[in-house]
Amino acid sequence: MEATSQIDEGLKNELKTQGIFVISMGELYNWGRRNSLWPLQFGLACCAIEMIAAAASRYDLARFGGEVFRPSPRQADLMIVAGTVTKKMAPQVVRLYNQMPDPKYVIAMGACAISGGPFKQGYNVLKGIDRYIPVDVHIPGCPPKPEALLHAFMELQKKIDGQKLSGPGRAEHLDPARPGEFPVPAFGAHDLEPPANPELFRPPVMERK
Amino acid sequence: MPSNSYLFLLIFTGVAVTFPLAPLALAWLWRHFFQPPKPGPNKNATYECGIEATGEARVQFKSQYYIYCIIFLIFDVEAIFLIPFAVAFTSIPVGAFIGVMIFLLLLVEGLVWAWSKGCMNWTA
Repeated sequence: MEATSQIDEGLKNELKTQGIFVISMGELYNWGRRNSLWPLQFGLACCAIEMIAAAASRYDLARFGGEVFRPSPRQADLMIVAGTVTKKMAPQVVRLYNQMPDPKYVIAMGACAISGGPFKQGYNVLKGIDRYIPVDVHIPGCPPKPEALLHAFMELQKKIDGQKLSGPGRAEHLDPARPGEFPVPAFGAHDLEPPANPELFRPPVMERK
Repeated sequence: MPSNSYLFLLIFTGVAVTFPLAPLALAWLWRHFFQPPKPGPNKNATYECGIEATGEARVQFKSQYYIYCIIFLIFDVEAIFLIPFAVAFTSIPVGAFIGVMIFLLLLVEGLVWAWSKGCMNWTA
């Protein structure tokens, strides 16, 4: 189940001109799942309006196979964290992520979801959802335009296309050692506990010279 | 082919069974050979709204609500009967008018009875 076929590229292109497509099972599988990404239907703040616009007729997420917004995490492949994640909301977001079946992907949409955005200094705002769940694509913007979400969607499709399905370096969800659930933060006396998942969140260390 | 004119039913049954079962079988095979199972307390939770469920699923409803519902249902249906009566009001004979009035009287009687029984008293 190699995502990249062993067949010679030149021969493949030659056959393609004759109308014969040669692909491996892995490629076919990835082609299928990258074109049927079902997002989880939930929005947290104003970015959700842009997400709705991206799904509606003008921008038409259906062109990328992502129009089937599911109201249940059990049926969703993609979580679009659209908006400010408050500390009140963060445990719910993590729990919903845990309830999604593998393979699952996350797009952190907008400044708030990736870093806390304009509310970064707020006592009640989580400074980025990547503290608790693995994010595949970050989109900056406040809010990002629907085009930006479409771009993130295409980037995610590119990532899925390149995922290997077996052997070393295979996709994360196929690795038995990788946990299926991430710890849900609890409401502590002053903050969420833990404030970040240390196995997941490794912020860059700033070097001051 | 008069002898096997029912053959297509057999074929149809076969297709009808295979069509839904094949994807399920493929998914099962895929899961069995490639996808490592990763169950967990969150993933196996009954509710999927993101909030942790508290308390028991079994709760007691006040039986009084049931009576209230029945009364509502009766008068809801009565309203449906009254619409054609109201539409045709100017062109119906006297007998029909009296008939509807008797029907209304019966319902009002029932309402008075329920009221006097205390069915409308929500807090009792």
